[in-house]
Amino acid sequence: MLYFIEQCLNGIQLGMLLFLLAAGLTLVFGIMDLVNLAHGSLYMIGAYFAATFAAWTGSFVAGAVLALGASLLVGMAVEVTAIRRLYGRDHLDHVLGTFGLILFFNELVRLIWGPAGMTLSLPSQMLSAVQVLPGVYYPVYRLVIIITTLVVALLLYVLVMRTRVGMLIRAGASNREMVGALGINIKLLYTLVFGLGAALAGFAGLMQAPILTVQIGMGENILILAFVVIIIGGIGSIRGAFVASIIVGLIDAVGRAFLPDLLRLFLSNNAASTLGPALSSMMIYMLMAAILVFRPEGLFPAANR
Amino acid sequence: MTALLTPRNVFIVALIALLALLPVYALLTGHTFIVTLFTRIVILAMAAVSLNLIMGFGGMVSFGHAAYIGIGGYVIGILAKEGIGSGFVQWPLALLVSGLFALSVGALCLRTRGVYFIMITLAFSQMIYYVAIGLDRYGGDDGLTIQKRSDFGAIFDLSDRTRFYYLCLVLLLITVYLLRRIVNSRFGLVIQGGRSNERRMRAIGFPTFRYKLICFVIAGMLCGLSGVLLANHTNFISPAIMHWTRSGDLIVMVVLGGMGSVFGPVIGAVALLVLEEALPYAIGFASYLIVGKEVMGAREYWQLILGPMLLLIVLFARGGIDGLLMRARRD
Amino acid sequence: MTDALLSIEGLTKRFGGVVASDNIVLDVNRGELHAIIGPNGAGKTTLIGQLTGELAPNAGRIRFDGADITALPVYRRSTLGLARSFQITSLFLDFTALDNVALAVQAHDGHSFRFWRNARSETGLRQAARAALERVGLGARAEVMVANLSHGEHRQLEIAMALATKPRMLLLDEPMAGMGLEESARMVGMLRELKRELTILLIEHDMEAVFALADRISVLVYGRVIATGAPADIRANPEVRTAYLGEAEAAHG
Repeated sequence: MLYFIEQCLNGIQLGMLLFLLAAGLTLVFGIMDLVNLAHGSLYMIGAYFAATFAAWTGSFVAGAVLALGASLLVGMAVEVTAIRRLYGRDHLDHVLGTFGLILFFNELVRLIWGPAGMTLSLPSQMLSAVQVLPGVYYPVYRLVIIITTLVVALLLYVLVMRTRVGMLIRAGASNREMVGALGINIKLLYTLVFGLGAALAGFAGLMQAPILTVQIGMGENILILAFVVIIIGGIGSIRGAFVASIIVGLIDAVGRAFLPDLLRLFLSNNAASTLGPALSSMMIYMLMAAILVFRPEGLFPAANR
Repeated sequence: MTALLTPRNVFIVALIALLALLPVYALLTGHTFIVTLFTRIVILAMAAVSLNLIMGFGGMVSFGHAAYIGIGGYVIGILAKEGIGSGFVQWPLALLVSGLFALSVGALCLRTRGVYFIMITLAFSQMIYYVAIGLDRYGGDDGLTIQKRSDFGAIFDLSDRTRFYYLCLVLLLITVYLLRRIVNSRFGLVIQGGRSNERRMRAIGFPTFRYKLICFVIAGMLCGLSGVLLANHTNFISPAIMHWTRSGDLIVMVVLGGMGSVFGPVIGAVALLVLEEALPYAIGFASYLIVGKEVMGAREYWQLILGPMLLLIVLFARGGIDGLLMRARRD
Repeated sequence: MTDALLSIEGLTKRFGGVVASDNIVLDVNRGELHAIIGPNGAGKTTLIGQLTGELAPNAGRIRFDGADITALPVYRRSTLGLARSFQITSLFLDFTALDNVALAVQAHDGHSFRFWRNARSETGLRQAARAALERVGLGARAEVMVANLSHGEHRQLEIAMALATKPRMLLLDEPMAGMGLEESARMVGMLRELKRELTILLIEHDMEAVFALADRISVLVYGRVIATGAPADIRANPEVRTAYLGEAEAAHG
């Protein structure tokens, strides 16, 4: 039971990371109608920046803040030089163009940081575990991830729902031409949105760096999960991304931990160990398939598309 | 007769001739690695050609097509490991499994279109990738070695390098011919019409879904065949071949070569190889000119160029190489 | 035995709070040309969407030759003999006019799971396609890429494609949209001819054409049919005059 709670927390933590990624993706897609495969590259760059800046400054937090700023800048730079030429073209063009960006970024990182990858260590305060429930000890850092991401989610909500910029974002999502016709500098808006998405991705990248990895190509695997989240949650919907991320995170963590044992009730030990990991990795995709069959627009479809 | 001697047709014939005479060149110069290299190119060209059926002609941009290479390959690998080495059993089974997978995935994915379709095909191929990683018995992440190539008894011996190359080349050319016929048949016109204007197709009375699904299955099976060949070629299969970025490579071949024709992707596959080999030299040469000496390791970063180049192709030369060739005729 | 080929029974469609189709009751009799007119926003597009199967109604039934087709998918309705033309041209732009119409012929010539023979060499399909093109006056333009045809020719092609499916009834959605005087007159002439052998449901804004061709007219306002009858009756109907013809008469002078 305690193990179950721990796995649930892990699931929520994974879900939070996925949310950061998915929110950026879905914002960019919802507003600029652009499929950005290189989103995973921005995630990777955030992690690399954090590792580098943390090493320079000697402080994890300082490194994180600097990395966040750097991710924002890189995102905006990429938008201005490359991404904006893709607006309005068909989705195959987006996919190809941003795939090219993936190749470029992987090589650039290899050029600058070398092929070996990096590490990012935590400040000592965050290395211990804390009792969250009677008998349940959970690593402080993972809690930090959950909490900071919730704060970010809240800030995002406030930004999109309560500020003028957010209003422009929502307006742009439902009617691009109109917003442009109103004299709003739509180009600047797009650059900022893309930058925001990049910052969110970079933030996810740097947050997971101490517990997972900092290496070339790390974005490519998690990007797919982010896509699954968006499909389940509904393209263009941040609320959908939030709910779907938690669901996906929980299914992945809890499924991986308990499915082999569950299978052992029905199958031989051997079969369960073989099938267990394979099936648990499939579960998220099965959920996605189910959504496609029964509710193709996602759980919380954004207004109009 | 002169109408047939367009720049494009000449180019294609020359390319086929080059591919056919390759082993002779290898024999004469002793560079046998060329045969190995080009066998891989020919196999990937077949995968790219199969992708173009659904992508270029059907308008279905699948970002998960490489999964079928893996499926075809794994059927061979798994059967070989379990002691079934006969090609007569392995190959048809591989095609069948590929077809069934395409049928199931297609039935789900084809309910969507546009970017949803791209993302979903991507997701399903990743699913298969992770399943393969989870198969510890068959190598998991490290992959599976295939001790012996498919056994066809006295009919054909796959172990000879040159013979195997010609087998792959012949299969590629047969595939190209078959697809040419399909694309211009009633079925092919329905597929192309669906790409052009699906709403219209339904309005005139076509149940478009089932045609797209069959097309998806055909493409999946042909790609599975390329997987069968690849597994035999390398005596090895691993999940890595199914990663979605490999599907991206296939798409690059198709777009680079030209989506508008059946042969285009073959040009793309060869061109990509040429780029892989030639770009590093070009970079080395350029760095020599600029800096006065060849910068160490400059050649290795050719992918740095490939990325933006892809972007430029998308923006300015969407028809690919084949498109450029076809335009050359009008001048 | 009913005289109605198409029977619309209480069709209702809601989009959120908006009632786009409000309990529409309408019959199209065999052999007649029945026109639907109405101001913009009256719900004509929504009605057509439900008749063709692209939109599912919230309530009501549609019967075609007695059979309930309300739940049938789009392509099945074409198979039954209900053909449509699109208000905003919807053609295969990267093919020739002949290819376009031949596809429509092919759709009704058995199945298309044929993978070997070159479809463009099937003389049966090509001849039927040419015949349809001749019928609408595009015979000479058969080999031209649709993207290179004029707007008026696109509208003609729309009709040709509908005809090629061997329909029993035509659903024409503003076939004269965007046409000049000469082209419109030609279209009217062609429709007058077609009227002799086909039942037609015509949605149009062009009042001259409507009154020249229609056997009966239904007036759609805010999703409801406010009047149905012979052209003369509709002209005289006070409700119609206020709701619709008043504006149109002012426009036509």
